[in-house]
Amino acid sequence: MTTPLPSRPTATPARTGRGLQANRTRVALLLLVPMLVVLAAVAGYPLLRTIYLSFTEYNILTDPAPKWIGLGNYWFTTEDGVGLGVLQIPEWWQSVWNTVKFTVGSVLLETVLGLAFALIINSKIRGRGLLRTAILVPWAIPTVVSAQMWNWMYNDSFGIISDWGRRLGFLEAGQSFLSNPDTALAALVAVDVWKTTPFMALLLLAGLQTIPGDMYEAADVDGASPWTQFWRLTLPLLTPALLVALIFRTLDALRVFDMPFIVKGNAPETITMSIYARQELILNSQFGFGSAISVLIFLIIMVFTAIYVTSLRVKFD
Amino acid sequence: MKRALASLSLTLACAAVSQGTAATLTFACDSVGQGYDECKKGADAWAKRTGNTVRLIQVPKETDSRLALYQQQLGARSADVDVYMIDVVWPGLIGQHLLDMKKYIPAAEVSRHFPAIVQNNTIGGKLVGMPWFTDAGVLYYRTDLLKKYGYKAPPKTWNELATMAQKIQAGERKANSRFVGFVFQGKNYEGLTCDALEWIASFGGGTIVDGIGKVTVNNAKTVQALQAIQGLVGTVSPQAVTTYGEEEARNVWQAGNAAFMRNWPYAYAAGQQKDDPKTKENEASPIRGKIGVAALPAGPGGKPAGTLGGWQLAVNAYSKNPKEAADLVRYLTGLQEQKRRAVQASYNPTIASLYKDKDVLKAVPFFGSLYDVFTNAVARPATVTGSKYNQVSDAFSTAVYSVLTKKSAPGPAMKTLEGQLNRIKGRGW
Repeated sequence: MTTPLPSRPTATPARTGRGLQANRTRVALLLLVPMLVVLAAVAGYPLLRTIYLSFTEYNILTDPAPKWIGLGNYWFTTEDGVGLGVLQIPEWWQSVWNTVKFTVGSVLLETVLGLAFALIINSKIRGRGLLRTAILVPWAIPTVVSAQMWNWMYNDSFGIISDWGRRLGFLEAGQSFLSNPDTALAALVAVDVWKTTPFMALLLLAGLQTIPGDMYEAADVDGASPWTQFWRLTLPLLTPALLVALIFRTLDALRVFDMPFIVKGNAPETITMSIYARQELILNSQFGFGSAISVLIFLIIMVFTAIYVTSLRVKFD
Repeated sequence: MKRALASLSLTLACAAVSQGTAATLTFACDSVGQGYDECKKGADAWAKRTGNTVRLIQVPKETDSRLALYQQQLGARSADVDVYMIDVVWPGLIGQHLLDMKKYIPAAEVSRHFPAIVQNNTIGGKLVGMPWFTDAGVLYYRTDLLKKYGYKAPPKTWNELATMAQKIQAGERKANSRFVGFVFQGKNYEGLTCDALEWIASFGGGTIVDGIGKVTVNNAKTVQALQAIQGLVGTVSPQAVTTYGEEEARNVWQAGNAAFMRNWPYAYAAGQQKDDPKTKENEASPIRGKIGVAALPAGPGGKPAGTLGGWQLAVNAYSKNPKEAADLVRYLTGLQEQKRRAVQASYNPTIASLYKDKDVLKAVPFFGSLYDVFTNAVARPATVTGSKYNQVSDAFSTAVYSVLTKKSAPGPAMKTLEGQLNRIKGRGW
């Protein structure tokens, strides 16, 4: 941004102009300072501190201060050939794999169902207002409450889902979808889909409403079927909103903690990256090692974000 | 945060001054079974006597979650909670943040408690917690069902338990499709560590890590024990037992849907609950009067083992009211209150003389018959592994969990666990 200099070659006004400009910049910076300070305090400092701690050995119960060990928390092999670094530990990779499966499954289902819901509540049907409100109910319930509610519904002895499962022949007495290690993760995905599809639908509904109605009228005149209209008109125009919604949901799902923790605790078949980090960081008081896990989660989420952002560029540049 | 806490405590201090000597104490107590109500009764009685106020806070149900919370509070030197109820395996983990009770409670009173527990709570010469109630895993059985199916005594071995549970389950399923033979704590948490320690100790497989710190878990008897228990899951125990903590197991049992249960003594009083005479609500337990309690079964050639549990009362070293807090602890762990809790809620006293008390024995007969189980309970390897106990317990319960869910065979699981434990041990505990 450059202010056009006055055409008169006199020095004084130019200097005032530059002075004014500098003054404005100074004021702008001054106004930004509180925000930057707050940001540095609440986001910058914890992040840098976590990265620093990830290079140290620090058990908060026994060690008086963090001890620098370089990359030892990430990769360290003892003389006996035992891997101690987090990247060498199978439990960590299990949690990564669980989280990725959870993310792909839940985001995929939520997108498809959310799109279907958005299309329905966007069409001119009766009771649309009521429908829009009703669909948001699962999203409005606090996760802790809905997770415990589902936990009871899954309960093998009095849960309604286990009862249906038994009547339909999927389960035997004493079994539940949560207790079978092969179906537990899918059962958790179902809870997440129930809870978050409304959010997805809402984001997509906002996208749908930006598509001008006259385009559909033109398509009608041209004789395009609703099916063709969806694939050739709605979907391409909805893509920006869809991608934003996908980014939101993917990042959310990758750091999921509350729902799986309440329903399954730290059972290995459903442990997520965040639950694993909590276990090492809080329960086992290993601040150094736990911080290394947190940094890895941060990096993994960054990679996903980068993939999304670059794919967005490819599409729109 | 610190300033907010400081100003909060300042306000509290001012409030205390303005009311003369009365203090307001915050007490992190219990939430399992009747725990909260019983804590409240005791604390209120003390508050009434002394003119102070006690505020009880809600705590998580599971011991690991409580520990995680308290470690954070104590690690931050928070004075928010004055008195903590702490698990028998915690003194080594959080002892440095707790006051020495010997400075507040006369030695003659301390020596009335079981010496083994006092010893357990003494870290570096400091008595960091007063014994409040002790625990050992016991076997609950339905006296009416044993009689109905022609059994005279509860099972002595795990094999007998499997046979009896199978027969009762098969019979009862005809009328009640939810009925199961045996429930225990199979979820992946500290409770599973306790249960699994009982299985392997009762087969003669040791205690995971021995007294001098050697990892002993990978042995033939441990593998044999886990094989036996793995065989129970999905036959006489529901597959979903791997999602049960203490309360989930008790819910199945107390609804009358199980023949046997492994649990702590608190489940006895809960199972014997009567209708509340005041509210006239229908709260009576359906299995009231049909509950038997015995020592847990043993493996071939082994002897029964119950894991030592139990809770202590400790005072936060950063408390603003240490004297009042210690006095509350002294009252609650005293003879009179322990007797009340034993009679009304079947909490095991830590004072030996109460096991001969007529009122206690009348209310909870098995305190007398199982006295040996309580005094010879098997301790988890918390003392020897010190600050790494949680990692050890976590690795152990995860390995056992993978066996119960049939994701690994006992042999390979114990071999992997041995490596893991040695890795945690490093150069020493």
